[in-house]
Amino acid sequence: MADTLQFDLVSPERSLASMQVSEVQIPGSDGDMTAMADHAPTITTLRPGVLKVSGPAGDAEYVVTGGFAEIGDGGISVLAERAIAKADMDQATLKSMIDAATDAFEKAQDAKSEGVDDAAKALADVVAIGDALGISVN
Amino acid sequence: MANLKDLKNRIESVKNTRKITKAMQMVAAAKLRRAQEAAEQSRPYTERFNAVMAGLAASVGGSDSAPKLLSGSGKDDVHLLVIMTSERGLCGGFNTNIAKKARAHADSLLANGKTVKILTVGKKGRESLKRDFGQYYVGHVDLSDVKRLGYSNAQGIASDVLTRFDAEEFDVATLFYAKFQNVVTQIPTAQQIIPAAFEVEEGAEAATLYDYEPSEEAILADLLPRGVATAIFSALLENAASEQGSRMSAMDNATRNAGDMIDKLTIQYNRSRQAVITNELIEIISGAEAL
Repeated sequence: MADTLQFDLVSPERSLASMQVSEVQIPGSDGDMTAMADHAPTITTLRPGVLKVSGPAGDAEYVVTGGFAEIGDGGISVLAERAIAKADMDQATLKSMIDAATDAFEKAQDAKSEGVDDAAKALADVVAIGDALGISVN
Repeated sequence: MANLKDLKNRIESVKNTRKITKAMQMVAAAKLRRAQEAAEQSRPYTERFNAVMAGLAASVGGSDSAPKLLSGSGKDDVHLLVIMTSERGLCGGFNTNIAKKARAHADSLLANGKTVKILTVGKKGRESLKRDFGQYYVGHVDLSDVKRLGYSNAQGIASDVLTRFDAEEFDVATLFYAKFQNVVTQIPTAQQIIPAAFEVEEGAEAATLYDYEPSEEAILADLLPRGVATAIFSALLENAASEQGSRMSAMDNATRNAGDMIDKLTIQYNRSRQAVITNELIEIISGAEAL
């Protein structure tokens, strides 16, 4: 049996998960990474995406936006500004997230600020969440 | 006779007041529990966040390339005070205490020749500081329609503050709110959020060397604005708990006072009733004697 590690998922409003898992797939801002026990200590920021957890207690998926993941000796803590369990994710929630990202993108475009690329990427990330979960907004 | 009736009415009205304050106290107690739970739920996030930020800030903070949110704008001329108070009254000294703290801070800044700008959250503080500091107001956040404080409320305030900072409207930002200790004690607190100050916990954290992805600077630049939102969010939650705690003890006092008052009025009422009876007896007896 594979080693397990402690996994915590917290958002500012509440703690969503705290359990022993064998691997966690994190949507890092530089790309996905999968962390297992004895991973080197790492801190990475998150892009909007789907966080996958699998362990002895079963698999789980969460939609996370913004924040960071800390992989340390004690396990993994993911601090996400917004985290939603896959089961609670629906069309309306996704639509509001896409609308918010679209708004930010259009604003950045109007202002011709440096943030256009980031906003475009964030929008693409949010849209990709829908594809990953098989939710369509239209 | 009119006197007796007046007293009776008076007792009745105080009894009604007591019912209201009692109800308010119980509502506040229920809300307090919810507010406390919310504050507790947010604690793991805040603590972890601050621990990581403290580590990052310690390693990047010294360099020249440190983000402005951490190192400050290099000046100390314009101060933004974010004053958080409640939307409703009848909560004892809660708003007064925060306003007093903010007033003292603003006065000392003004005395030192600094410029003060004030952003108010919650209308009670705005009203009470208006007379002295009305000309420094730059904005107001209305939370009266908010039933349940969410992180998005804090994000709204934070983005307002950050936009002003980017536009170089101020150099230092300080939050004013009441920290919840227990039901009877709430401590008015001033917390500097820009430039960010993180309490470094001794020893433990520094031992782990992390890989950073992307770079340390990029992470810091990404997280600092979130840090402002986090600080504001936890201040909002603390404040909400403090407000309910303060209201609860204020209403508890009011209920007790009303009880005392009812006792006093009842004694007075009984005495006057007795006096009226005695008077009537005297009249009857002296009338009988005169025959």
